[in-house]
Amino acid sequence: MELEIRNATLGYSGKAVLTDVNLTLSTGTTTCFLGKNGAGKTTLFRSLLGLVPLLGGDVLLDGRSIRRWGRRDYARVVAYVPQARALAFPFPVRDVVLFGRTAHLSTFAYPRRKDRLIADDCLERLHISHLSDRLFTRLSGGEQQMVIVARALAQQPTFLIMDEPTASLDFGNQVKIIAQVNALKDESLGILMATHEPDHAFMCRANVLVAHNGKLWKSGDCDSVITDAMLKEIYDVNVCVCRMKDVNNRIIRTCLPVI
Amino acid sequence: MKRLKYIWILSLMALVLGMITVFSFTIGRYSLPVDELLRYIFTGDYTDENLPLLVMRVRLPRILIAILAGGALSVSGAAYQGLFRNPVVSPDILGVSSGAGFGAAVAIMLSAGIAGIQVTAFVAGLIAVALSLSVSRVMAMNHDRLLLLVLSGMIVGAMFTALTSLMKYLADSESRLPEITFWLMGSLTDVSMREIRVVAPLVLAALVPLLLNSWKLNILSFGDEEAKSLGVNAGRLRLTLVCCASLLTASVVSVTGIIGWVGLIIPHFTRFFVGADHRRLLPASFLVGAAFLLLVDDLARSVSSLEIPLGVITALIGAPMFFLALRMAEKK
Repeated sequence: MELEIRNATLGYSGKAVLTDVNLTLSTGTTTCFLGKNGAGKTTLFRSLLGLVPLLGGDVLLDGRSIRRWGRRDYARVVAYVPQARALAFPFPVRDVVLFGRTAHLSTFAYPRRKDRLIADDCLERLHISHLSDRLFTRLSGGEQQMVIVARALAQQPTFLIMDEPTASLDFGNQVKIIAQVNALKDESLGILMATHEPDHAFMCRANVLVAHNGKLWKSGDCDSVITDAMLKEIYDVNVCVCRMKDVNNRIIRTCLPVI
Repeated sequence: MKRLKYIWILSLMALVLGMITVFSFTIGRYSLPVDELLRYIFTGDYTDENLPLLVMRVRLPRILIAILAGGALSVSGAAYQGLFRNPVVSPDILGVSSGAGFGAAVAIMLSAGIAGIQVTAFVAGLIAVALSLSVSRVMAMNHDRLLLLVLSGMIVGAMFTALTSLMKYLADSESRLPEITFWLMGSLTDVSMREIRVVAPLVLAALVPLLLNSWKLNILSFGDEEAKSLGVNAGRLRLTLVCCASLLTASVVSVTGIIGWVGLIIPHFTRFFVGADHRRLLPASFLVGAAFLLLVDDLARSVSSLEIPLGVITALIGAPMFFLALRMAEKK
């Protein structure tokens, strides 16, 4: 299945943020989305999810325009991990994950045993079962983020769109999320992830998409797109993309800022 | 919280409400011992010849409206809080009470009679909400929709409050002014079975969609964007539920006059016992709110020989209770 943006202009009430956007996401691939703050990453995500109307062009899921998908059907295929935000009410973690099952319920139905099992399973996958009975509002930012990822998994989506999923996570949880992203890719999900860490692209063996100056400036395989020159251009700092060997003698790349 | 524990708590709440209801029949100027009352209810026998009239015509409607009003205001408040993602929102936020107040004031000025006052108040309350909704539509689209709605509610509410003040200023200070003032403070005195027969179906009609959508109300409390990405048609659902919650408040307030605080504190308090899940919060709020208003009304008609307006007592009790609820939430 493919999720596609075709000749689109994205932005808000007449003010374009990204123009000439063409993008195809396939199942079984990871795409990392780079770009400095305000480059339009979240705008693209919101457009992909149908949260803001397109200023031009179209978004197609499985060849059908997003305009012709119902909310619920769309949410069964595409899940979203937004940047963590405050929640007004103290829901327990298990319930928050259960909310991910909403798209699979019929109109007035409540979640059943099967849904609860799926929710527990998603918590298990992310190694956060111990949080199940805690109140979401009482968790740290990083823990909340993990719970929101679990909620998206509970949607059992084909495509997973994540807006800086590692943003408030400690080093260990960042690695866990990346490992989970790789595992989900192997289960043939299509993943689009915004990140401020170019290294994540290397760790995910991802395709890279770069938003710069109101366009999708570059896209392609991480080794070819992430270069010293590209990073200098978008972030305006000097970076060295280094190659080194890990314990298994595999070549890995990493970005080191030159200070 | 486990399901079993919830059912337990809910049953307990229902039991307490039942006990308060029985107790409320015995309270008032005309004394009525519990054993007399129970004997009348279960066997139909009575010694005091005024008893049937007292129980069926005087106290029953009053108790029923207290239950209906307390429950409806609390459910309305709980729903509003979920819809606005804010636990300190009350059902007045879109101006339903101010609108109803103005409607009542106009009807009183025109000597419209009880039924006229109730109908006008009801209609004006709903008009106020409709105005708030449409004002927020007209304002810019790129802002936070909820914030806009709250602001429009404040604008519309302030406008109707000002108009009500104007009515009071123009009103004859011997007769009309006190009547308007009393209406605005809330009372269950004038309620008969006729009102119950109108209000009860309205309340029921508004409750059903709220209860059916209580799961999605949870999702809405994450905000429109997340709700949409979870597969809920947030805009339409929010509008529907706002209308239902407003209908609840309008139908009650048009009969009882303005009763503040109940819709704000009861959901707050109830959340402490059954958690934030609206599937549980809405039914539990109804029971707690009903019990609360019954007690308040018992106080209103028993403390002194002169009836104390309900709104005064709810505010006097409500303010410290709110403080207590906040403290309890803090500790938890």
